[in-house]
Amino acid sequence: MVPPEPSPSPAGRPLRVATVSLAGCFGCHMSLLDIDERLFTLAGHVQLDRSPLTDIKRCGPCDVGLIEGGLCNAENVEVLRAFRAQCTLLVAVGACAINGGLPALRNGLDVGTLMTEVYANNRPGLAPGSAIPNDPELPLPLARVHPLHEVVHIDLFLPGCPPSAEVIWDFLHAVVQGHIPQADPALIRYD
Amino acid sequence: MSTTTPTTPSTAPRRVVIDPVSRVEGHGKITLLLDAQGRVEQARLHIVEFRGFEAFIVGRPYWEVPVMVQRLCGICPVSHHLAASKALDQALGIHSVPRTAEVVRRLMHYGQVMQSHALHFFHLSSPDLLLGFDSEATQRNILGVAAAHPDIARQGVLLRKFGQEVIRVTSGKRVHGTGSVPGGVNRQPTREERDALTAQVPQMLDWCERAVELAATLHAQAPGLYGHFGAIRSGWMSLVGPGGAMELYDGPLRVRDAQGTLLHDGVPVHNYLDLIEEAVEPWTYMKFPYLRAQGREAGWYRVGPLARVNNCSHIPSPRAEAQRQRFVAHGPVQGTLAYHWARMIEMLHAMEVIAELLQDEALLGGPLTAPLPAERPTHRPGVGVIEAPRGTLIHHYEIGDDDLIRWCNLIVSTTHNNHAMNASVRAVAQEYFDGRSITEGLLNRMEVAVRAYDPCLSCATHALGSMPLQVQLVDAAGQVRDSVLRHGDGRIERKDSRT
Repeated sequence: MVPPEPSPSPAGRPLRVATVSLAGCFGCHMSLLDIDERLFTLAGHVQLDRSPLTDIKRCGPCDVGLIEGGLCNAENVEVLRAFRAQCTLLVAVGACAINGGLPALRNGLDVGTLMTEVYANNRPGLAPGSAIPNDPELPLPLARVHPLHEVVHIDLFLPGCPPSAEVIWDFLHAVVQGHIPQADPALIRYD
Repeated sequence: MSTTTPTTPSTAPRRVVIDPVSRVEGHGKITLLLDAQGRVEQARLHIVEFRGFEAFIVGRPYWEVPVMVQRLCGICPVSHHLAASKALDQALGIHSVPRTAEVVRRLMHYGQVMQSHALHFFHLSSPDLLLGFDSEATQRNILGVAAAHPDIARQGVLLRKFGQEVIRVTSGKRVHGTGSVPGGVNRQPTREERDALTAQVPQMLDWCERAVELAATLHAQAPGLYGHFGAIRSGWMSLVGPGGAMELYDGPLRVRDAQGTLLHDGVPVHNYLDLIEEAVEPWTYMKFPYLRAQGREAGWYRVGPLARVNNCSHIPSPRAEAQRQRFVAHGPVQGTLAYHWARMIEMLHAMEVIAELLQDEALLGGPLTAPLPAERPTHRPGVGVIEAPRGTLIHHYEIGDDDLIRWCNLIVSTTHNNHAMNASVRAVAQEYFDGRSITEGLLNRMEVAVRAYDPCLSCATHALGSMPLQVQLVDAAGQVRDSVLRHGDGRIERKDSRT
């Protein structure tokens, strides 16, 4: 892979990229870090905006939003809508963002039954009298885990659980160059 | 803090809500309960996401489980992958896997410890530790460290890369590999892969040793801060090996009290439910484990690097053992920030173990799996415990005669530290909260206290690194008196949320 040319983006400034993990496991963020020392190359071309990997947060618009994870509670939906409003290019990264992923295995079951099973019901190992957490501080869980595109328009999808570091690198490289990313079919995986 | 005005002191008890993973990122919050004098009475860390793995995994075929449960956490997936494999070995009646499988699994695990510890220290915590808690927020990330300390940042990134490569050649992928199966493994490194890693060993050992020195130097330079920040006194729990040696892959449980006295030793992991019980609080989805014998109030303890270094009798690798002796020279260490130093000692140990395992000829041998016992009893329980990077990880399954999972119980590392994180945040709040205004210094330090345990809280939630903080002062009647949002770049925004 040839590193991006020093002239950063068609806009003539570093690309502003925001990232977030909703109902995911952070594996996609780990894959982003798996570009290893190319992180330092990226630094000249991409400015990480709001992201769990930095302390930087700007409420202004971003060029690219990378979203890991699906939607499992009301707060996830709020965050997704905020990202859609702020990002020119919104990308669903990984299996959970694209189709709900593993957390969506709960969709066949009633969420109340699940919570009873985990927090109450005289479960072995739990203190007697344990009950489902219900403080108003806790955001309301959704009845089902949803993929992102059911709620907002998604511009691009990066499949994989997680997408490999190469796929993420190629994607960022293309966007920095001002191209529509076209993933190499050989790199596309769904596991 | 120029935009923050002091809040009118109230004589009524107040509640301060702190959202370290802000509503925008949204996985956790902290609430402080204040007494009438404005002193901190209680601190609560709320985990706000529910996933329900223990329930929806019921009914799945057992062989899917090691691959499913690693999706609990993309930062330490190997720990879940292996804890589940070990539990299912037991459930299937396979009491030892072939030596090659054991060596491949151990190598995978110590690779995991190495990459996770490097990530935690260099990518996430070193900005605080090297640049300062009050440094320019836009620089407080790994790239900011790269600008100020290029060698340190590069070494951190390459140490993590090495650990990730160990994981890739043993599990098939850097994140969410499939190498371990009930009864053994389904792949092993090639000779070429083994040799390529071996060639890097001297460099990695050297960098690990420098990382320990860096952590030790930070402590030596500010002993007051490192000794007392978020300090609490707790007991410790971890697995140990023969003779009480540090052991991260397999062994019985050991528990010490805050004075260092052994409370329990040699406890077989399948008896964990006799040792531990969990409480549920209405305000968080994360449970509170405690020692049954001591009860909910007194029975809490800490796990993870600091617990393991305090708890073991020795570290069975020479360089890390020399560092341990220096670390515990004055007895068990209680300072919360000492987690970082202990973490680097463990990273050195993990690298020494990796060097040894790479030399083990069994790594390239066989067979890879044990035969499945012919009998298939109706009741097949299995418990697998491993020392994940962040602490003791317990997986417990029961398989039915239809080979489907009938019951599952998981106690993840971060959950063991639930009470301790609450207590450390409370200690920080008591020290830095003046009872009147929410200062930026307080907000930063709350995050630092949580980050010492686990900056990502990944298995219990998914907060990674520093998030914006939202703070509200709410009076006893539930009225919001004041609301402040601190952006990640340090700007403080006062929200007009008074009702």
